[in-house]
Amino acid sequence: MKILVAVKRVIDYNVKVRVKADQTGVETANVKMSMNPFDEIAVEEAVRLKEAGIATEVIAVSVGVAQCQETLRTAMAIGADRGILIETNEEIQPLAVAKILKALIDKEQPVLVILGKQAIDDDSNQTGQMLAALANMSQATFASKVVIADGHAQVTREVDGGLETIEVTLPAVITSDLRLNEPRYVTLPNIMKAKKKTLDTIKPEDLGVDISPRIKTLKVEEPPKRSAGVMVADVKALVDKLKNEAKVI
Amino acid sequence: MTALVIAEHDNLSLKPSTLNTVTAAMQLSSDVHILVVGSNAQAVAQAAAKISGVGKVIHADAPQYADQLVENIAAQILVLAPQYSHILAPSTAGGKNVLPRVAALLDVSQISDITRVISQDTFERPIYAGNAIATVQSTDAIKVITVRTTGFDAASAQDGNAAIEVIAAVSDQGKSVFKGRELTKSDRPELTAAKIIVSGGRGLGSAEKYHEVMEPLADKMGAALGASRAAVDAGYVPNDYQVGQTGKIVAPTLYVAIGISGAIQHLAGMKDSKVIVAINKDPEAPIFSVADYGLAADLFEAVPELIKELG
Repeated sequence: MKILVAVKRVIDYNVKVRVKADQTGVETANVKMSMNPFDEIAVEEAVRLKEAGIATEVIAVSVGVAQCQETLRTAMAIGADRGILIETNEEIQPLAVAKILKALIDKEQPVLVILGKQAIDDDSNQTGQMLAALANMSQATFASKVVIADGHAQVTREVDGGLETIEVTLPAVITSDLRLNEPRYVTLPNIMKAKKKTLDTIKPEDLGVDISPRIKTLKVEEPPKRSAGVMVADVKALVDKLKNEAKVI
Repeated sequence: MTALVIAEHDNLSLKPSTLNTVTAAMQLSSDVHILVVGSNAQAVAQAAAKISGVGKVIHADAPQYADQLVENIAAQILVLAPQYSHILAPSTAGGKNVLPRVAALLDVSQISDITRVISQDTFERPIYAGNAIATVQSTDAIKVITVRTTGFDAASAQDGNAAIEVIAAVSDQGKSVFKGRELTKSDRPELTAAKIIVSGGRGLGSAEKYHEVMEPLADKMGAALGASRAAVDAGYVPNDYQVGQTGKIVAPTLYVAIGISGAIQHLAGMKDSKVIVAINKDPEAPIFSVADYGLAADLFEAVPELIKELG
């Protein structure tokens, strides 16, 4: 069983993002970039399925600029067998990524595709669902547990109010939530090994899909700041403020 | 120009998130329809018909819709989609699951998590966990939108009198089977609908302490219980208690943060609350930078005292 995992290069989650003065976006120059944390969980899950003898090959895919090669090398250091970069300098939106991945699925015929549930930059939470629809594969989003058996995946999903479990027929698209697993630390020997693994680069036009953006970003601004509050001396003062000033209790 | 709102429900009752979504839809079109896809969900359709300003409720009812399996729900929405200029759903686990499918099959993009309508095709939405606000314009013919419910007031659920049109259901797509559900049982208000939320963090130290300290406070205030991601990851409470960018986005009248340091991802989930109170023993904790009222104190002393003071 082949597994395809999609990984996105984003601003590292520890970096405090700054909005550019000209309101065209956020500052990315000289900012640390990393793999989207949800995608790291997706790679880890795929690699664990391979280690358990369920998967035979794990292919990591990324769409974006040449530096996404680093993200793919990280995926291979976690344990992916090879990488594919669909290289472009254009702005690629979720629908376009889904179309690119669909084209790759047609080529690679994976039985399972695992993606992070959302990227921490644009917070779209769309690509997995769109891919499942376009590829006519079963869809299991926000997974916190995955069990593969007999041509099915039993997936526990994080939903409002708790958990639900569904059984989907393979092939399927699964998106990972935070509690699916805890990704391993990549070790130096594995980083070295990853450098020797195959990384193919192709262009979106080679796949023959329309990747034009459908949404225009008109501006990006700082969120409105909350005005600074006051520190109160004790619980009595707090209750007094809530009752008589804020009038919320 | 008609807008279609996908109702959020559990076959028994209409979820309040639908009301906020209707408000967003009304800002886009004077003609708003609601689609109820469920099984034996007549009560939901009737509740939807009472929402003020709704022109029509469309109800598709079939056993294969009982558990909201996404392939089936999306197929039903797609039957109606071409008649609408805007298709909206609340940005809940259900809405986020189904609507991107609909968008992809219509070959349009989705605009996720809007917090403001600027015009028929232009919206504000938070990016980078709310650390930036983007104004985006859709160039697609049909706008498929998920709505961050805290960005819009709830429409009145009482004055309306819309007609209910029953339509034929689409057959089971056969991709998935529902196996079970483990919902957290609680007599307290739902997090996303509560007027008051008391939320506990890592400062509580253990699951036992969380329950011992937080529950009496929630009971006293009639509040919903929340938690930071650190508290959830440490196993104090189940994941559906989590307030934050990757958990629930809330905006109650009063948010009381107890023993929560205030990581960026937590702030992103609660900073639109009307009044924020923080109790934390570290006076330098980032939570104080967004709190209206801060109390630097040991929570194990302050919370019992607070319960006493509230009478």
